[in-house]
Amino acid sequence: MQTKIDFQGLRVAVTGGTSGLGLALVRQLTANGACVAFVARTAANVERIADETSAYGIVGDVGKKADIYPVAMQIAAVLGGVDVLINNASSLGPVPLALLADTECEELEAALAVNLLGAFRLTKALFGALAASAREGRGALVINISSDAAVNAYPGWGAYGASKAAFAHLTAIWDEEAKADGIRLVALDPGDMDTPLHALALPDADPSTLKSPELAASEIIEKMLDAFPAGARLEGEQA
Amino acid sequence: MIADDHSDRRSARLFVVEADGRMRDLPRAGLGTLFDPGDLVVANDAATLPASLHGTHLSSGKAIEIRLAGWLSRSDPTRFVAIAFGSGDHRTRTEDRRPPPALSAGDRLRFGTLEAVIERPLSHPRLLELRFRGSRAAVIAGLACYGRPIQYAHVPEPLVLWDVWTKIAAEPFAFEAPSAGFALDWCTLQAWRRRAVGFTTLTHAAGVSSTGDPALDLSLPFDEPYRIPKHAAAQVARAKLRGSRIIAIGTSVVRALEAAANADGSVRAGNGIATGRIARGTQVRVADAILTGIHQPGESHFELLRAFAEDALLATASATLTAYHYRTHEFGDSMLLNRQPLRLSARIGPG
Repeated sequence: MQTKIDFQGLRVAVTGGTSGLGLALVRQLTANGACVAFVARTAANVERIADETSAYGIVGDVGKKADIYPVAMQIAAVLGGVDVLINNASSLGPVPLALLADTECEELEAALAVNLLGAFRLTKALFGALAASAREGRGALVINISSDAAVNAYPGWGAYGASKAAFAHLTAIWDEEAKADGIRLVALDPGDMDTPLHALALPDADPSTLKSPELAASEIIEKMLDAFPAGARLEGEQA
Repeated sequence: MIADDHSDRRSARLFVVEADGRMRDLPRAGLGTLFDPGDLVVANDAATLPASLHGTHLSSGKAIEIRLAGWLSRSDPTRFVAIAFGSGDHRTRTEDRRPPPALSAGDRLRFGTLEAVIERPLSHPRLLELRFRGSRAAVIAGLACYGRPIQYAHVPEPLVLWDVWTKIAAEPFAFEAPSAGFALDWCTLQAWRRRAVGFTTLTHAAGVSSTGDPALDLSLPFDEPYRIPKHAAAQVARAKLRGSRIIAIGTSVVRALEAAANADGSVRAGNGIATGRIARGTQVRVADAILTGIHQPGESHFELLRAFAEDALLATASATLTAYHYRTHEFGDSMLLNRQPLRLSARIGPG
């Protein structure tokens, strides 16, 4: 299933844009005419996907505080603002998965640094740009990629699940706080996908039982449209 | 970095100078309780570029610092007006910095992997036009990697981008922070909304406030591009029609509003260039009040305040601010200066 919608002029930023769900989102959004900037850690991968998709590639690690503002600056500059931010980059924590009692503190910190703090920081850095988009009537939306591990207590998924649970609750509170500014935040669970991250977690899983990232991406894009203020982008100023 | 010094910003103070000359000393956190329903607050939502680059002047091999100071073309973010300095860094007062190497058209400058070419030197040995090599995206990536915010000698720790972005910062367009906007936070904006005080933004390329060179400072501010969104222009027009006040957050907002002003106090939406100085005798047509940092007589920002109030009132305010130990730097305290009625009447006079 591919969403066929004209996103001409919609400005979207995607973190973790060179593999799995993030890559599928970048491909589908650019194919539908959106202006996309994506972030990933490895320069060679960023260059490859930028060449393939015509999206703007930005090298950065959302788990590193020092990278956040330079990344935000590039996103806002190359897109001329931001309408949609998709916080997709995720860290599994310990690999292979570990019981919490066997998890090093640093491994939990690493998961929190990307899955919670990194997304919080980037959203905060781009909050002014999102609010400016809302004021112009374009709408402003933050999609935070969550997981069923945020809800279910899966043994071995402690670092990841705890970070995603905190992330989901942060999303809910921030959405309440930011509604009046015209910014919506939603947490979406794409389901179990056939991605490099999933393969790291469960190397023996049968890929045929997993959702394709392409399908998950198209579902997220549909939900993005549902969450977006109706017609907001069409009514926005073309300045 | 100064970002962890939140108590500093939260303990900031606000000096209010009413249009009738009365003065009040308030905690800045009380900003949300000021203004009347219907009033419109206008802020500059420009994010600040990492506009200072340290590198090498390739033909001489000498160190050079470039501070980007103006856009040559809004549609081409690879070309800038810039101010050049020789070796040294921000810990030396700008006034005492060494001159740059002799600069000629075609000279190449290297900042990490980012390379620039001097298009032409301008009328002052420190002033030039340059063009970065590479695509727009590559130049922006290079600035993100090798640029730093313009630093201040009075701030000992290096400033990073999060220090110089206001909470409402959107598109990177300013060369120095529109620092009056540091007084704003989302809580204050929500308080205004609850009280039916309007809030909107324009985007103005706030430039360098001082070069450290008296001759060069005379040409400040440089021409500064701005954009006023249609919805912001409409909000200004509606506020003017109902007789509500327009409160400008900072000198850059005043400059943009006045550059776009119509005779009736409304403003034209769209892109424009703010040129020249606003100073004593300038008719201010749009802003009824300005929220600003604490500026000293003689500074270009202070000169703009002379368009809002008589010198005698400003002198009294300055003396009081000094006596109360208000902090004057970019990250210091704030003053709300309401335009005096005398100035209000001046605007309906000839011209």
